[in-house]
Amino acid sequence: MAAKPPYSHRDPMLKKRDDFEDILEERRNSSDLRYALKCYTPVVYKGVTPNAASLLKTTVLQSDQLHYVVDQLSKETGVAADVIQEEASAILEEMAHRQQLSTVRFFAFTLSKAFKALFRSIHVNEEGIQRLQQAIQEHPVVLLPSHRSYMDFLLMSYILYTYDLVLPVIAAGMDFMGMKFVGEMLRMSGAFFIRRSFGGDKLYWTVFSEYVKTMLRNGMAPVEFFLEGTRSRTSKSLTPKLGLLNIVMDPFFKGEVFDVSLVPVSISYERILEETLYARELLGVPKPKESTSGLFKARKVLSEDYGSIHVYFGQPVSVRSLAQGKVNRCHFNLMPRHIPRRPSDETQCFVNDSAYSLVRAQEENMVLKPWVLLASLLLQNQSQGLLLDELTEQAVWLRGLSREYGAFLNWPDHMAPSEVVSSSLSLHRDLVKISGGRVQLALGGQGPRQPCSSPITEEELMNQAVVVLSCTSYRNQALHVFLRPALLASAIHIATSAKKEEVYNSFSFLRNMLSNEFILCPGATLQDFEEACYLLGKTGALQMSQQEMQVTDSGQKTVNFLTAMLDPFLQGYQVVCRYLCEEATEALTEKQFIPAIRTFIVRLILAGSLRYYELLSSDLQKNALAALLRLGAIRKIKVADNVTLKVNRLMVNSLEDTLGGKLPTQKAVAARL
Amino acid sequence: SILLILSQCSVNSSVFTQEIMKWNGWGYSDSRFLFNKKGQAEFTGKRYRLSGMILPSLKDWFEGTFGASLQHKSPATVSAIYIYFFNAVQPPTLNEAFVEDLKSVGIPFSHDAEDRVFRAHGHCLHEIFALREGKVGRVPDLVVWPNCHNDVVKIVELACKHSVCLIPYGGGTSVSSALECPPEETRSIVSLDTSQMNRILWIDEKNLTAHVEAGIIGQDLERLLNENGYCTGHEPDSMEFSSLGGWVATRASGMKKNIYGNIEDLVVHIKMVTPRGVIEKSCLGPRMSTGPDIHHFIMGSEGTLGVVTEVTMKIRPMPEYQKYGSVVFPNFEQGVACLREVARQRCAPASIRLMDNEQFQFGHALKPQVSSIFTSFLDGLKKFYITKFKGFDPHHLCVATLLFEGNREKVLQHEKQVYDIAAKFGGLAAGEDNGQRGYMLTFVIAYLRDLGMDYYVIGESFETSVPWDRVLDICRNVKERIIRECKERGVQFPPLSTCRVTQTYDAGACVYFYFAFNYRGLSDPVHVYERVEHAAREEILANGGSLSHHHGVGKLRKEWMRETLSNVGMGMLKSVKDYVDPNNIFGNRNLL
Repeated sequence: MAAKPPYSHRDPMLKKRDDFEDILEERRNSSDLRYALKCYTPVVYKGVTPNAASLLKTTVLQSDQLHYVVDQLSKETGVAADVIQEEASAILEEMAHRQQLSTVRFFAFTLSKAFKALFRSIHVNEEGIQRLQQAIQEHPVVLLPSHRSYMDFLLMSYILYTYDLVLPVIAAGMDFMGMKFVGEMLRMSGAFFIRRSFGGDKLYWTVFSEYVKTMLRNGMAPVEFFLEGTRSRTSKSLTPKLGLLNIVMDPFFKGEVFDVSLVPVSISYERILEETLYARELLGVPKPKESTSGLFKARKVLSEDYGSIHVYFGQPVSVRSLAQGKVNRCHFNLMPRHIPRRPSDETQCFVNDSAYSLVRAQEENMVLKPWVLLASLLLQNQSQGLLLDELTEQAVWLRGLSREYGAFLNWPDHMAPSEVVSSSLSLHRDLVKISGGRVQLALGGQGPRQPCSSPITEEELMNQAVVVLSCTSYRNQALHVFLRPALLASAIHIATSAKKEEVYNSFSFLRNMLSNEFILCPGATLQDFEEACYLLGKTGALQMSQQEMQVTDSGQKTVNFLTAMLDPFLQGYQVVCRYLCEEATEALTEKQFIPAIRTFIVRLILAGSLRYYELLSSDLQKNALAALLRLGAIRKIKVADNVTLKVNRLMVNSLEDTLGGKLPTQKAVAARL
Repeated sequence: SILLILSQCSVNSSVFTQEIMKWNGWGYSDSRFLFNKKGQAEFTGKRYRLSGMILPSLKDWFEGTFGASLQHKSPATVSAIYIYFFNAVQPPTLNEAFVEDLKSVGIPFSHDAEDRVFRAHGHCLHEIFALREGKVGRVPDLVVWPNCHNDVVKIVELACKHSVCLIPYGGGTSVSSALECPPEETRSIVSLDTSQMNRILWIDEKNLTAHVEAGIIGQDLERLLNENGYCTGHEPDSMEFSSLGGWVATRASGMKKNIYGNIEDLVVHIKMVTPRGVIEKSCLGPRMSTGPDIHHFIMGSEGTLGVVTEVTMKIRPMPEYQKYGSVVFPNFEQGVACLREVARQRCAPASIRLMDNEQFQFGHALKPQVSSIFTSFLDGLKKFYITKFKGFDPHHLCVATLLFEGNREKVLQHEKQVYDIAAKFGGLAAGEDNGQRGYMLTFVIAYLRDLGMDYYVIGESFETSVPWDRVLDICRNVKERIIRECKERGVQFPPLSTCRVTQTYDAGACVYFYFAFNYRGLSDPVHVYERVEHAAREEILANGGSLSHHHGVGKLRKEWMRETLSNVGMGMLKSVKDYVDPNNIFGNRNLL
């Protein structure tokens, strides 16, 4: 995919996507051992010099970049240069991968066994593999997979090994290193480890960025990292992190390589291994520290059925064509290239835009299973549930709508819809229950009940919330498909009139408010608005004249569905606002925020005045806080070791009212001033 | 000849030169490459070492590199006769009053079509391509031949008086569209041909300077000085045809600048006639601290401010001893590293050039038929030694050519020093012959383009200067960009995209790119060519290269001047132009 073209009314339904091939099929029919020991001779980058890999560490340690920073630090701190150089060398030791073929073969063998036990199939688009193979020969390649599971990078390497491609070198978080044996195994399979935060550490940053750049410049192996920075616990794409993307683009900006190919990879799991783990984590059960024994305990998962995986290798994106007309490389002419400097605003802006469009490229090729649609429908009908027939009928309707919106839906069209629905439900039987022909989320207890009316304990509530959050993680997979039309539907809902201008203002307000929650590229409001109008107009849900936009009668169903999809988020943000206005004290610290808001929400739910359990998700609460900080409704104030949150009540209040449709959009904007 | 007026001149060398030169190609009419009936390449004429020789491997290289075929010819469609007798040229717009006054001061002129067309172009690809197709755009309306400085003063005065546009013309070797007449010019355009001002006025052996009229052609200047035991040592690749005035006006650079310096180092004094009058310094002091050096407004002014008429320049005694040499490197990276080290130690020979592998292969294809079995046997041995014994990959190795000059003992010493450095970078001495052939090729390579154009192949060279740490990156990226752009623009065969490092400096190097492609199947090859060259220049700038090292800006590279010089810089140059030539008499519209 080239640079994302300015929005054109190209029909998303016409998007051409490749076919898939199941790589487990062959594994089930031939020897895993022979596969693990197969002759492995991948094609390499044309510029690669033999034995470059063995020189990697020396090249980094002798680089001008590192020498410069070492000298500088030595002058600043008075510490001898060779001491700092030693330190750099230690950092590199801690970081560097030690990929070796024998370990890779070991993984090839064991993962074959594990994958066959866990998954029905692993589908890969072979055309994408061919494109990747081509790209690897021409330019240094960066692999950018989506990140939903620990499995992701083992899976990536496994696939590349299967197709005889050069194995990637993977940026992994240092937390893996805690697992002694596994950490080393991963290292030997090609992972290198970076600390989670090293903000001010110039030396660390230099060693790290030189390490990555050296691999790229020499084209030794594809560099792989996760744009989202960490696993998404919600299945929504996370706001991309820019650090590594900046690093891999830098050699192009500086002319050290002709081009760099970025390959977005979308990995979709029919059932996520960590499903309930994530839900618990979001509800405040702290993340278990990665430990080897913990991983072995996870062995029981091997007996479960996790459905299929789809891995889609997207079009390689050329950094050169992305940057065409956006980055003036001459800016790098006037200083030696080894002297570190902050990227210019122009460059930062470009890297940010690219990151967003790459994440969107990942989203676009995420394969959605029918269950994703079912989960969306069931979440919208939590109290009553749906009759099986009703559910099937609605699912078929939603299948049509999502396809119109360009979803990459993997719905087996040769099967009867009712069969599709029941097989999806059976795979996720932990999350749903069927009683008396009625399908409902498995919220515990017997028979249908009304969660908001029945008094329950906090523990019960949390258990139910685990199910709801697990379910939302599936619904969330489809969010990117509906997001823009849903923003428009909600905007129409809260706008004071049907005037296009009003609706646009509301749209813009909501979009701005929710831009920490979803992948919404800064500065693309108009583009998104037009896209939303086009999609709603195309399905006949919206009638537009020059000035007015009106929901049609036939479109009511669509609009209701879309509004309901976004509603939990809008409610959530309002609750956060309400908490800040009504309950927060002057001394509220940043650390106290999450536990405090959770207690507040639990109270509201137990009292029956709030119906969405998913508001208990710390992800939503954090995003809301980040949005309010970004908008200036809250300020952080550092007091001693604590950061307290200073709330602008007037503004928070007016944001809450605007979200609830009680206040026109303009007022909210005015209140900011 | 059809010259209208030919007074005063006993020997009109301009007429002479014009008649022995090609009108729609490079160089002398009698010297050209062709494929003979047997399909072998040969070089005609008697002027060059290669003249009259058969080049057995050129055909295979040519067909293999470009996917061209001797069956597919694209000869020039139009002969000179068509141009001149069938009115392809617009009739001249004459400024009658100016012509009358010219007659009265007795300066020779002509408005003959042949004379005008000859001076309406340089040697850019698009200029030559158009001529071969018989397409002639705006040409000068009149050609004048001043005989001396005072004639120029008179012409410029008359031009101001009658408001005609003057375009100075020296050797006509421009490759920057500098000689193209601006199509929007409404005044009568007069080409001021300096070729008659070709005398050495005096030689000062005490100070080692010579005072020379600016119209003198490089090879004549060198020959005349040699007769007195001196030389300037300024040898640009175009020296057979380019003029001293042209060198000054474009900031020329010579092959042997490491010993003699570039034009700015050679010039002691310049006299230039401008619409405001004559500009010159008052003495011949070797260096002055008198504000910004006004010579630097003149050098590189590209004919926009006036006509350079006389130049005092440094001369040197002719070198006692010259020795060529060459070194083979396993790859281009090693070669560049060696040149960098030579520059660091400031021991560059008179000339040192590094060709990349493609150019090495090209040079190989130009090897003449070997005269004896013994030489071919020796060649075989050398090849075996380098590729098999030393393990050089024939698809990666590259060659540096060297020229040493000076007293014999020092040359030999110097030679050893350079070869020792080369050895550190894996370089192997590869003999004098290879070196000498390399430099000889410099002069015949321009003729090769004409051969290519007979068989659907067009090409061009362009240059830049770049800091040392960027040399490898710029070479790789620009070559790749050319290949990529050609592909994207529908060129059917991979182009020839090659480069060489031709000059070394303390802080960087001059890099030359050659590129050529087979244009069969393209409807507008020149347009494709121009887009590719444009893209290549953008790539150069993005990689820290300069807009030009010595070709100049002309009209071809004007669009990048502002970003090159900054707004203030442009303003400075503009204000000089506005003061010196407020009515834009020197209206070739180069540079700014």
